[in-house]
This record gives sequence, C-alpha cells and structure tokens, in this order.
Amino acid sequence: MTETTRKTGLNRRTLLKGTASLAGLAAGSGAITGFPYVKSADAKVLRYLGTAVNEGDDISRQCLKDTGIKIEYITATTDDVTKRVMTQPNSFDVLDTEYFSLKKIVPSGNILPLDARKIKEFDNITPVFTKGETPGGKKIGGQGTAPWKVLYLEGKDSKKFATSATEFVTLIPTVYNADTLGIRPDLIKRPISSWSELLNPEFKGKASILNIPSIGIMDAAMVVEATGKYKYADKGNMTKEEIDLTMKVMTEAKKAGQFRAFWKDFNESVNLMASGETVIQSMWSPAVTKVRSMGIPCTFQPLKEGYRSWASGFCVSKGVSGPKLEWAYEFVNWFLSGYAGAYLNRQGYYSAVLSTAKAHMEPYEWAYWMEGKPAEKDIKAPDGSLLEKAGAVRDGGSYEDRMGGVACWNAVMDENDYMVRKWNEFIAA
Amino acid sequence: MSEEVLQQAAPGLIPGSGTARAAKPTRLSPSFISWLQAGPMMLVFLAFFLIPLAFVVIVSFWDYNEYQLLPAFSGRGYTDTFEGCIAQLPDLCTIGKTYLKTLKLGFMVWAITLFIGFWVAYFLAFHVKSKTWQMGLSLLCTIPFWTSNVIRMIAWIPLLGRNGLVNSGLIKTGLINHPLEWLLFSEFSVVLALVHLFTFFMVVPIFNSMVRIDKSLIEAAYDAGATGFQTLLNVIIPLAKPGIVIGSIFVITIVMGDFITIGVMGGQQIAAAGKIIETRVNALQFPAAAANAVILLTITFLIITMMSRIVDIKKEL
Repeated sequence: MTETTRKTGLNRRTLLKGTASLAGLAAGSGAITGFPYVKSADAKVLRYLGTAVNEGDDISRQCLKDTGIKIEYITATTDDVTKRVMTQPNSFDVLDTEYFSLKKIVPSGNILPLDARKIKEFDNITPVFTKGETPGGKKIGGQGTAPWKVLYLEGKDSKKFATSATEFVTLIPTVYNADTLGIRPDLIKRPISSWSELLNPEFKGKASILNIPSIGIMDAAMVVEATGKYKYADKGNMTKEEIDLTMKVMTEAKKAGQFRAFWKDFNESVNLMASGETVIQSMWSPAVTKVRSMGIPCTFQPLKEGYRSWASGFCVSKGVSGPKLEWAYEFVNWFLSGYAGAYLNRQGYYSAVLSTAKAHMEPYEWAYWMEGKPAEKDIKAPDGSLLEKAGAVRDGGSYEDRMGGVACWNAVMDENDYMVRKWNEFIAA
Repeated sequence: MSEEVLQQAAPGLIPGSGTARAAKPTRLSPSFISWLQAGPMMLVFLAFFLIPLAFVVIVSFWDYNEYQLLPAFSGRGYTDTFEGCIAQLPDLCTIGKTYLKTLKLGFMVWAITLFIGFWVAYFLAFHVKSKTWQMGLSLLCTIPFWTSNVIRMIAWIPLLGRNGLVNSGLIKTGLINHPLEWLLFSEFSVVLALVHLFTFFMVVPIFNSMVRIDKSLIEAAYDAGATGFQTLLNVIIPLAKPGIVIGSIFVITIVMGDFITIGVMGGQQIAAAGKIIETRVNALQFPAAAANAVILLTITFLIITMMSRIVDIKKEL
C-alpha cells in the first residue's frame, strides 16, 4: 500500500536524478517542435520547472480539479534549474526557484516579474518575506540573500532590485524552511547546542558537511563563527580574505580526518546518518524525517547560533504572454489558496500564506507543526504514512521559534567565482 | 582494367557523345563508394563530436560573469585554473594535485582491470570450450551495470561501512579491535568500485582478440617445445595486444573523466579532474569548465597516443 502511494517530497527526490535528464529531454524536444503550444490550444497546460520541493502529484491533480490547469513538471536540481533558465528560457512557463539564484537569473533578463496587484493573497504573505520578521514581530537575521532584499524589481523590465516595495515581484513566495545540523542522539549521548560541534575532535571521522558550494559555505561560516575564530560582517557576502580563512579552517579539519564524507544528494545524507557512518552533519528537514521513519533516532538539532534558512517562489519565463500569463496568475493564486500550503506544512516545510494553509489543516496538525505543541494524535504525512506518534514535539518547536531563530540565508556572493574555486580546493585538499 | 580500356575507347567507337555522358553517372568510382559508405558515420562524428568539441575549445577562451558568457577572447578560464601554482612552487598546487590524483587512480584501475580482465578473457577463450557457455559467462560480467550509482553506494555501506559486514566479521574473528575506516570513502573503495565496474571493458576486447588466435599456433609452440609460460609470453600476449590496447583505452578514458563513482565512493572527499568540471558547470562558469575539459582531453589524448605508439591498432585490426 504505502509503496505505491508514497509520493512525498522525499521519494520524489530519489527519482530526481534520473527523471531530471529525461524530463529535460522531453521538454527540450517539445520546445523545438512547438508541440506544447499546439496542445495548449485546447487544454490549459503550464510547464513547471523546479526542484522537487514544491512538486507533487497530489498538488497537480488538485490544481487540475480546481482550476482546469494541467501542470507538467520539469524536475531538476537547484543548479540545473538555474542553468536551464540561463540557457533555455523558452523550455518552461512557470519557474519555481530559490531566492539566492535570483542574483544570477534576474540580470540574465530571462524571467518576467509578476504583478503583485494580481496576486489575491499578496497582502497576507507572511512578513518573513516582506519585512524580515515573524508574524509575532521577531526580527529575522538578514545575512546572505535574504528574500526581502531581492523581492522587488524597480520596473517591469528592470534588472535592478528595488529597495522598497513595488508592484513588480521577482518571486511570489511559496515555501521556505530553517535548516540546521542533524545529529544521532543515541550515538552522541550528550546535548549538542552549537554549530562548533561539527568540528569537535570528539566526532573525528564521524562528521559531514554538504558539498553544494553556495549552501555548504554558509554552514561552514556558521561553524567558524561558532568556534569564535572570526566574526563575519556578512556571512552571505564574504570578502576574499574571509573565504580564504573559512576554507583554511575547514581544510585543516578535513586533513585531520574530521569528515567521514561529504554529501550532495538527499539520499546520501540519509544513508550516512542511518548507517551510523556520521553522527553529526548538515542536513535537510525531510532527510531527518526519513531517517526517523526508518526507526533510527535522529534530531534536527536547534543550535544557539541559529538556523540557516532558504526560501523559494514562483515567477514566469519572459516568453510567457497572453492567455498563458493569465493561467500562470491563476495557478499562483490557486497555489497560495491553501491546499498546497497545507500539503507543504505537513511535510515540515512552511507555506508563504499561513492563514489559508491553516484553514486546510486539522487543528491538531497546526498545533504540532506550527505551534510546537505535543501532538494530540499521530502525525501523518500527506500520503497517510505515520511520521510521529502522539505526544511527540517538533524539533526546534514553533514557527516563531524556528523562523525567529534564523541567522542567515543561502546566498550567492559577489565573490562567488572565487568561492567556488576555493571550495574545489577544499574538496581536493 | 578492361572496363577502363573500354571507357577510354568508347568516345572514339561510338560517335554520339551523348550516350557516353549518359553512361558515366551510372558508374561510381570505387573511392566515391567508400566515401559514401563512410559518410553517415563521418557526418554523425562531425555533428556530435567534432563541432561540439570545437565549441568547447572556443568557449574555453571566452570570458564570463555570474550569469552569462562574454564572447571576448580571454585566457581567464585557464589562468584561474592554475591560480597560485607558480607562487606555491616547489609545492604542488591543488589543481596539480588533483590531476596527479586522477592519473594515479587511472593507473591503478588500469593495472588491476588489465590483470583481472586478461585472465578472465584467457579463461573464457581457452578453457571454456562451448560457445554457449562463453556467451553466458561473458554476460555474467555485465552484472555491475545492472544497478545505479546510488543503489551501489547503498549496497557498499552495509558491506564496507564502519558497522558493515567486513568490519564486524574481522572484529568477531579477533583480527582487529577497531573497525577499519579506510574500507569506505577512501581511495581503496574508489578503486574497488571502478575495478568492479570496468573490468568488463577489458574482458570484451581481449577476449575478442584471443578467440581469433589460430589454435594451431599454440599447438605449434607446444610442439616446438615451448613451456606454457613461453607460449603465453611469445604467442598469446603479442596476438592479444590489440585487444589489450583497446581495453586500456576504454578504461583509461572512462576513469579519467569519471566524477560520479569517485564522488560517491570517495565520500565526495577525493577530487578528480571530472569533478572540477562539474563544479564549474554547476556554478555556471562554462568557460572555466571548458578550459578544464580541454586540459583533461589533452592529457587523455597524450596517453592514448603513447599507447597507439606501442601497438598500431589500424594495422592489427
């Protein structure tokens, strides 16, 4: 039963690598022959390019039912999504991407900002995106490519980010989360409270960090700052000297044998943790859930220095116009209307419009996922599989505590080119 | 010959030159026919190999920024790659170390696959008599290709991991007290996985060369009083050389460009030339990636040239 119906974000990620190239091929050839356009004459079809986070058969099915729009997913990794926007802007209609990649995408001129006035729930979008604070008024750390820094453009065809609100929105926010280190409490057997523990010699040969430069460097910076070696002006925009220093600390640790492995793929992180090869590592929320669902204790450990956050949203390809653009607005409006938000919340992510998602969730679900309260009943994933037994409390607690504790965001730095080179050297060292 | 004579004579014999002209197109010269036969492959080669390769070389000399290629001549892709290499002398810089490591892995995998592949092929060619069994057994060699990289990684952890089968077995027999960490995510595991995967590419061409060896040659060597070892050294190995070289080219080119297996089995901690290219492409630094591809291609090409110096494949086939 569960084998066939399991269609959560986790499982799609396992397919991601294989399907990405196939989907790419299919869509690519479609773009050449113009086939989707012929088809769109009688059916409302949108080609949706994105990572697997927001995608789900349940979401596309419900969307077709509610709006008559058929979503064709083109799934790729974060890096590949960006690459595709740059090189084949006509191969997709709706783009689902992370805010940090905007620094590359917007100057390319390949995307069209959406009009905030046409988004029904725009005013209800959580202040995390618009003001950089939680609904409860907690100020959120803004280091790195924080969404509110790149949310607006100066004009429709502008390639410049506006400093104050305009109606031209780069990405309509959809989903976000706060990431931290994952640990094996059964093997560590003591409380962990700081990022600096990643380099603690106690865990020599049992630590791991993720090998995606623009995310890994942020985790590395959190660690370096936590060890007290250096305080960055902005972790998300380091100078060359700061990059050198960060990589030096990490390289020394690597040479001393601190790391068991680096991971790049969702499944790699799950395997490392589940097999006990690592006991402390950078991790993503659904990966922790997956390890736990295998019956192995794993905690998404809140740390005193705070979380590293990420966020993604929708925009459209610059090639989209006419009725297709209207469907895109219809789709984005539908996405924010609650069903999809509740679906994402139940996976441990956060939805951009909280009020509509709440209306689509049971009160006990909302209390567990968003308010940090002990689960009144068993907590189930969107596909019905058991995630947590009654009485469990979410790691890190409530939305306010988790999002309020964000210290920095995934980033593309000004010195990105240099950073990537140094990261390569770190891997090679 | 006689046809040519006739053709030359024809205009004189037949007064109407029109017929001679009409007859000509039906006769295609042999060289034109061979061009025609080689044509499709040549076109495929041109469209899918030579032209893209030319693009890679051209792009490697372009400039770039965060989000686009700048089609202006620049050696930045190359200079960035070797940044700091001269200042660091006599210590080897990272890029030098990376290529050295790639060569080392390539050499180790080549030597081991050659050794194993040669003996597997030898067994299949000379000891297995029935054709059906030969086929069946060589198909067995393809088993490593039945699984994906991710699955293979999942499969290696329970075997080689800290709490894996090998380690717990060794601990139980009392041979070691602590689990051996170098079994997984190390050069050892990388070489193991690559050998596991690519021995097949050695087996097939060597086997192909060996089955074509005339059995009477071996009998003749035996009759002339050669020992088994002398026969191997003076008859079988020289005749299997083309297979050995082709197999070596397969293995070396694949291992030199591999970054997935090295990444997965090395725990992403071991750098390889292919890995540099991948990271650069992911960071949208296409010219730098292209420059690294050109460097890697040059090195691989040099190795292959050296090998084809040893054996003239064209002559041997």
